[in-house]
Amino acid sequence: MNSTASTQTPAPSLHIALVGNPNCGKTSLFNQLTGSRQKVANYAGVTVERKEGFFSTPNGRAIRVLDLPGAYSLDSTSPDEDVTRDVCLGRHRSEPQPEMLVAVISATNLRLHLRFLLELKQLGLPVIVALNMMDEARRNGLQIDVAGLQADLGMPIVPVVSLNRAGVVPLLQALDLPLPAPPDPLPAGIDPHMEVRRLLATYVVDPSAGTDRLTDRLDRLFLHPVWGPVILLVVLFVMFQTVFAWAQPLMDGLDSGISTFGQIVLKPLPDGILHSLLADGVIAGAGTVIVFLPQILILFLWILALEESGYLPRAAFLLDRLMALAGLSGRSFIPLLSSFACAIPGIMAARTIQNPRDRLVTILIAPLMTCSARLPVYTLLIGAFVPHRTILGIFGLQGLVLFGLYAVAIVSGVIAARVMTRGVKSEEHPLLLELPPYRRPNLKSLALGLWQRAVMFLSRVGTIIVSLNVLLWALSSFPLPPAGAPGAPIDYSLAGRIGHLMQWVFAPIGFNWQICVSLIPGLAAREVAVSSLATVYAIGATDDGAADKLLPLLSTQWSMATAFSLLAWYVYAPQCISTLAVMRRETGSIKTVLWAAAYLFGLAYLAAFLTYHITRAITGVP
Amino acid sequence: MRLSRMKVGAMSRRHIHRGTELMLYLDTLPMGTHAVIEKVEQRASLDPIATRLGELGFVPGEAVQVVATGPMGRDPIAVRLGTSRFALRRGEAARVGLRTAA
Repeated sequence: MNSTASTQTPAPSLHIALVGNPNCGKTSLFNQLTGSRQKVANYAGVTVERKEGFFSTPNGRAIRVLDLPGAYSLDSTSPDEDVTRDVCLGRHRSEPQPEMLVAVISATNLRLHLRFLLELKQLGLPVIVALNMMDEARRNGLQIDVAGLQADLGMPIVPVVSLNRAGVVPLLQALDLPLPAPPDPLPAGIDPHMEVRRLLATYVVDPSAGTDRLTDRLDRLFLHPVWGPVILLVVLFVMFQTVFAWAQPLMDGLDSGISTFGQIVLKPLPDGILHSLLADGVIAGAGTVIVFLPQILILFLWILALEESGYLPRAAFLLDRLMALAGLSGRSFIPLLSSFACAIPGIMAARTIQNPRDRLVTILIAPLMTCSARLPVYTLLIGAFVPHRTILGIFGLQGLVLFGLYAVAIVSGVIAARVMTRGVKSEEHPLLLELPPYRRPNLKSLALGLWQRAVMFLSRVGTIIVSLNVLLWALSSFPLPPAGAPGAPIDYSLAGRIGHLMQWVFAPIGFNWQICVSLIPGLAAREVAVSSLATVYAIGATDDGAADKLLPLLSTQWSMATAFSLLAWYVYAPQCISTLAVMRRETGSIKTVLWAAAYLFGLAYLAAFLTYHITRAITGVP
Repeated sequence: MRLSRMKVGAMSRRHIHRGTELMLYLDTLPMGTHAVIEKVEQRASLDPIATRLGELGFVPGEAVQVVATGPMGRDPIAVRLGTSRFALRRGEAARVGLRTAA
């Protein structure tokens, strides 16, 4: 930067969009440019993630940047490529056409990425080319005549390394310059592939043919017909182990932190309505859910790291045939794995599946993959009803039951998918998946991803979950019982009455009215069921502080059949409004959503019914 | 020629007699063998898979090599195409006609 430039008034603000192939490093460039100044939302009408960020150039130019979904072509084959095409062409309903595109291409994969770049020349928009991963390309022995390529393409090329801040400075400086003229479109009759070949032959010296030897070596191991699946199994096993083992101390810490906090806050308050509201509604409600933050974050850390490293597409490759048994393709594996964290990002990840029917089936079975919000319920009930015993010397019985619940859910998902896809064999399910080079996950990207998840989770706790719990507290507290009435006060409240009414439906599967009440707020978020039980029982019980004693309380008040029935219910439990809402947006069909809710409800009811009656028969309770 | 074609018969081992040369397809290319793409066939008019194969760089003249096969039924296959790698099901790969590299 020269000294005169920095004293000038900043150029007017600019609206740009990042566009490029999948795996070009576009998202890490976006993260590097904007840091935490990002807004993640969905495009109206579709669940394609809309990522927008803000930053300023060295001269103070304010830039609004949109991270468009990765695309191989403007001739789109999936909903996320539709968004990229429509925004680039200025045809999107809610998104104005950007003033300029920053086309991100990876120096390590020029053959593929240059073709898309040539397609972008047709748009008539100014384009700056961010030539990413130059460091890696140099390591592989690749030499690019950037000046020559730039002149030939008619677009300015800025070499960047999106992994560190210094690596994006050239791009920031380029954004301070006046907008370049839009490039001339490729003359008609010129085959873009031939043009790419000419460009590569003219401007790239590539002694080693650009092969990434490390990726070749790793693929020989990770894609090996025997070792590949073994390694995948080990990875998945370690992943779920750490989710439970590593999270435990953190959860215990959080738990005691919350109760200390509760004691400090509640101490000066006299007994009465306010005390009850804070203790039973807010602290018991939010506290029981916040405790699960570590588990959710560890699960997301794994998924983000596996995704960044390039391993997930390999897993899809290994599992393709297995998924074919369920009538799907390996592409469905990634959304389904994400659904173990939460069905919402899982359903959103299904947007990369090109075959519409595969996509629909994946979306429909995603809620069967045990999401982390079900863990609080599982953990509570297993803790209360499954004895702490060791089987065969090494396996804890409680862990085995948990594993069994996951397994039942997966098997049900496969069967459900099989049933839904039966009869439609003739159609082809494309896999056609790029296997990107392996990369070390970028710590900054991981941290940012985790941060976004944590904020999302905590804001959910702070808004939906706390307000539902307060609402539930009010429902369970009012109207107050008449003076001198026998029994617990909650029996006279609105919630008590609703619960008793719902029992008509749920008594055959062994649910008592407290469970029925807790199912209502569970609609908004599954994990609320636990805190609702805490709320209902805290108020129903005669002594104070019963929320802390929920676990021993349940083991004395519920039969084992009821507890197992509730576990079985939760394997299928359709009651998550957010999931159904995302399904509605994604499929655009209320019929599909109603159908999904009905089939999940039916499965849940059937499974709980069978579990209840079988357990009663075994335990000998009439 | 005709006899051997009838003998192997099945889709998965498709060799087509073309002039004096034997046409090989990507789904039957042995692992590790280098080959050059000759053509990408459309299965229907406006076959979206053939179109996408083209956009991913499966175009005549490019060098390909099968680098891995799936653990069950040797399907799907992993292919190296220039500097990129792709996983394809055999049915997709069967659209890609090859000649072996000299």
